[in-house]
Amino acid sequence: MATATHPDTSQPTGFIRRNRQKLAPWLFLAPGLLFFLFYVIAPIFQSFQISFYQWDGLGAKEWVGMQNYQELVTDRAFEVSLWNNLKWLLMYLLAIPAGLGIALFLNQTVTGIRLYKSLFFFPFVISQVVVGLVFTWFYDPTFGLLNTILESVGLSPINVLGDPKLATYGIIAAGLWPQIAYCMILYLTGLNAVDPEQIEAARLDGAKGLRMLWHVVLPQLAPATFIAFVVTIIGALRSFDLISIMTNGGPFGSTRVLSFYMFEKALSEYGFRMGYGAAISVVLFLIMLFFIAYFLWSMWRQEKGR
Amino acid sequence: MLTRLMTTAAAVALTAGAALAQDSNLTGTLKIFSDMSNPAPRAVMEDMAARFDAMHPNLTVELTVIDREAYKTQIRNFLSANPPDVANWYAANRMRPYISANLFEDISDLWAEPEIAENLASTKGAMTIDGKQWGVPYTYYQWGVYYREDIYKELGLSEPTNWDEFKANCQAILDSGKKCFTIGTKFLWTAGGWFDYLNMRTNGYDFHMALTNGEVAWTDDRVRQTFANWRELIDMGAFIDNHQSYSWQEALPFMVNGEAAAYLMGNFAVAPLREAGLSTDQLDFYQFPAINPDVALAEDAPTDTFHIPAGAQNKEAAREFLRFVVSADNQTKINAGDALGQLPVNAQSSVDDDEMLNQGFAMLSSNSPGGIAQFFDRDAPAEMASVAMEGFQEFMVFPDNLDDILGRLEQARGRIYK
Repeated sequence: MATATHPDTSQPTGFIRRNRQKLAPWLFLAPGLLFFLFYVIAPIFQSFQISFYQWDGLGAKEWVGMQNYQELVTDRAFEVSLWNNLKWLLMYLLAIPAGLGIALFLNQTVTGIRLYKSLFFFPFVISQVVVGLVFTWFYDPTFGLLNTILESVGLSPINVLGDPKLATYGIIAAGLWPQIAYCMILYLTGLNAVDPEQIEAARLDGAKGLRMLWHVVLPQLAPATFIAFVVTIIGALRSFDLISIMTNGGPFGSTRVLSFYMFEKALSEYGFRMGYGAAISVVLFLIMLFFIAYFLWSMWRQEKGR
Repeated sequence: MLTRLMTTAAAVALTAGAALAQDSNLTGTLKIFSDMSNPAPRAVMEDMAARFDAMHPNLTVELTVIDREAYKTQIRNFLSANPPDVANWYAANRMRPYISANLFEDISDLWAEPEIAENLASTKGAMTIDGKQWGVPYTYYQWGVYYREDIYKELGLSEPTNWDEFKANCQAILDSGKKCFTIGTKFLWTAGGWFDYLNMRTNGYDFHMALTNGEVAWTDDRVRQTFANWRELIDMGAFIDNHQSYSWQEALPFMVNGEAAAYLMGNFAVAPLREAGLSTDQLDFYQFPAINPDVALAEDAPTDTFHIPAGAQNKEAAREFLRFVVSADNQTKINAGDALGQLPVNAQSSVDDDEMLNQGFAMLSSNSPGGIAQFFDRDAPAEMASVAMEGFQEFMVFPDNLDDILGRLEQARGRIYK
């Protein structure tokens, strides 16, 4: 009887009518999915495909099979870029403990703490290009602040960005400045969610200092640590703007990373080797895929564990 | 970045008077894409478009000025997707990718016309690939040593005419506590200028061209001799320290402040040096002196050009525009000191009365018997240029790495020129 009054559940008249509930979410997702498919998924496969060709972006593509990859193996510039990527990955992780340290330090209630917090967060707000410029001037061998300081304490000046051994570390230091601020803000929000009762209980049991931090606070910060880890790894792998601004890959290519080298080979003024550039980006993609797969897997495991 | 100049009927009425006598059968639209985006070149380009428009009442000139750096990548897209009727580019090997992709129109017919053939002979070589001409030049400028005349006077030095004097001058400057040359190699190409000159003076123009065309090994002894000459200067400490951290502009203050006495550069360095306060008594120019007396002097003089894309719609108007650009009067006008401030390509044009331009013009027209090169990164294919210039920079900082660098360049040569 009631069925007659509900048009939705009455006589199914057509496919769309019958499956409205199932179709609606897909319809809402469709625009996003289409764009994702078109601008993210398809280019990934295109890159794979182009990496097997020799192509200057203008004329006809020429199939060369694995030749681009074989050249990569013998290419010293590629090797340097790969090592630099590794340096970025490892050094960048310093942002996590540093951010945690600052967050713990700032997690107190004194007058004006909001001001201090925002000052510490400031470097993350300004553009990477500005960060790069500021650090370039800081390192400048003739008038830079760094060398002025070094000279005033009697040390000989160093040209950080002009020395192939130091340049990459100099850029990473510049990158850490905003990255630490980012990790700090993640931890500050995490610290807000720490359960005061557990702290109280631990304190009654006599825990304090590092042991308190390690056994009571840090486990509760695990979600924040996870996110900090993810953004730092991704941030390290996509480092590009700082390198472009501070050294342009130099001196003599010693500060290149994979993304910058790919840009140079495929898209810069002297580049336009699309196939070779695509091969570099495939390698970078596989490295990123490794991390992303790990992150997705651990997130999935967490979800399941609940 | 994109701006459009649609010349209006009013502008036509204002300036048409003198030009009406010209043939004006041209109709339709003439689309020009230009990379002359810096203030002075931009004014020149807009003025040229307006004048040409005024000369041809039935033709509408549509000018699009694109940022000079962005243009270098955009040209690849618009030449094939949305070709204009006229486009800017550079001479020599820089044209080759577009010629092999059939994107530039062969305009040998224009070069066969006596007006152009006779007056533009000096740049014909730079516009020729595979025996055909692919565009016309509109301006070029000399390279050479710009130096602090007052410092030279103070130390009792004169412009060197050979390699020994060149080095003796440098030693005197070093003894006075200054550096001989400022340079900023962060963006590499400035080191290419030094290599061009040292190699052309050591081995001559023809060898230099053979090398940039990939016909000679980088490990050749003659190339090593060039680097040995270069090393003499490096070992003396002739160049400023930490040059790998500076762009060419950032290297200017060393010369302005008197910490370095000279700069091997293109004529475009004169304007910022004068703006920074160097007077005509303080700034002068000399031709890079001979090293090997047996080879003829040759110079770098990069040429900027106009081309007709193969897919252009209005090729007739485009050809007429190219004739207009290279005409003697227009060349005098656009290269004047208050416009581009460079050298006209037409032999019938007059050079603006400027100390540097006069010296440059005299040098290129009468004292460059060996030939005129474009510049390392225009004579060599782009990829070879980038690998090689990176090697030059490394050599200037670590001269001991020479064997390794040359081995790398030779390997690149084997791959790039097939």
